[in-house]
Amino acid sequence: MGEELLKIEGLVKSYDGHTVLDGIDLTVHSGEVLVIIGPSGCGKSTLLRCINGLEPIHGGKITLSGEEIRNGSKNLPTLRQKIGMVFQSYELFPHLTVLDNITLAPLKVQKRTKAEAEEEALKLLERVGLKDKAKQYPRQLSGGQKQRVAIVRALCMHPEVMLFDEVTAALDPEMVREVLDVMLDLAKQGRTMIIVTHEMQFAEAVADRVIFIDKGNIIEEGKPKEFFNSPKTERAAQFLNIFEFESVKD
Amino acid sequence: MPDLGLDVLFKGKNMMRLLGGLGTALKISLTAVLLSIPLGILLGILMVRKELVIRAITRLYLEFIRIMPQLVLLFIVFFGSARAFGSDISGELSSVIVFTLWGTAEMGDLVRGAIISIPKHQYESSEALGLTSAQTYFYIIIPQTVRRLIPLSVNLITRMIKTTSLVLMIGVVEVTKVAQQIIEANRMTSPNAAFGVFLTVFLLYFIACWPLSLLARYLERKWG
Repeated sequence: MGEELLKIEGLVKSYDGHTVLDGIDLTVHSGEVLVIIGPSGCGKSTLLRCINGLEPIHGGKITLSGEEIRNGSKNLPTLRQKIGMVFQSYELFPHLTVLDNITLAPLKVQKRTKAEAEEEALKLLERVGLKDKAKQYPRQLSGGQKQRVAIVRALCMHPEVMLFDEVTAALDPEMVREVLDVMLDLAKQGRTMIIVTHEMQFAEAVADRVIFIDKGNIIEEGKPKEFFNSPKTERAAQFLNIFEFESVKD
Repeated sequence: MPDLGLDVLFKGKNMMRLLGGLGTALKISLTAVLLSIPLGILLGILMVRKELVIRAITRLYLEFIRIMPQLVLLFIVFFGSARAFGSDISGELSSVIVFTLWGTAEMGDLVRGAIISIPKHQYESSEALGLTSAQTYFYIIIPQTVRRLIPLSVNLITRMIKTTSLVLMIGVVEVTKVAQQIIEANRMTSPNAAFGVFLTVFLLYFIACWPLSLLARYLERKWG
């Protein structure tokens, strides 16, 4: 595992006096795949949003390679180039083609040449099996295709860390697989990823480390095998049990 | 074939007079449109501001203009202000003022709707890519707002053109008024003129508004 890339110390976040994150300490190393799980409303998506500076924080510190990430700070756009984020609802830009969606930030933010940015975009699209969709508009794509484009859009900025916020939660079941396969592929390439997900089997397969968050605190963390097979805390055990069903028929 | 009274159109300068009337109607509505677009954009931006006072004032303005029939507004500006303030403004100027007040209100509401219809996540995903907030507006938000706005504002323009038929009530001689004058002047010689003349008026409005309607529909389909 590489050096420390992202460091979160004592992160506190609240909405209208209600504490959502209550002193989170977390370090992510370069090349690590970290999966965050927890019940709805536990603060896991908020944590990702704080890491990307989308939310003001009320305590603690987040640093990426030693540089502080703070909502509203001047160097935030520069820092964000190093952090790729993929949202649950894809959020492609509807007025731009797939190719323009991907190359907008490389061209306007990183000032790369059109030829070079498009070449890379097409290469990445090919890798996720969507090269033939480059000239289409987002509305012509299925949910799974949109999400793969959103991943490529983030990748094309060469981020140091990628954040995935429940990226399969809005997809039809048969499209989940195609998106998860892309993410498995990225993990294999040794990318640093922080993934919030409800897909437990996927989490177990992709993670180097799992953290379980409940009520704004990290309750448990560990290797995926240990965590999913024999969670140490009762709360985590309870949460994982939710996903097993007993027959209603005797 | 029944007598449709079409012959009146070819008497004297009647056809030219009708066209001139249409010109007056278009002059009033298009001047008002040109003024309403920038003012409406400004109003729309004010309407989505966080300050409650600004929102209350702009809301009140919009509701006032909306509730008031355009004809009443015309009477207030043309007759009312003449009596109350001793102002002496022409019917045409009064019409432009009223149509601008109205157009600004409607345009403002369209702009407001277009701005708030852009989901918050569009700002976030743009900023997450490292775009500054100025770049986000320039490349992401404004292009989408304009696309939503254009078909709606084209419809507003056609409504403004049609509604100019009311200004005959404050003595402005526009196309509908010219039509009435022609019909009355020929009551004895062509008692059936009403049909032919108003049919022509209908066609003139149609020629002025139909291309705009088509344009709106085309843009709606293109950007929908």
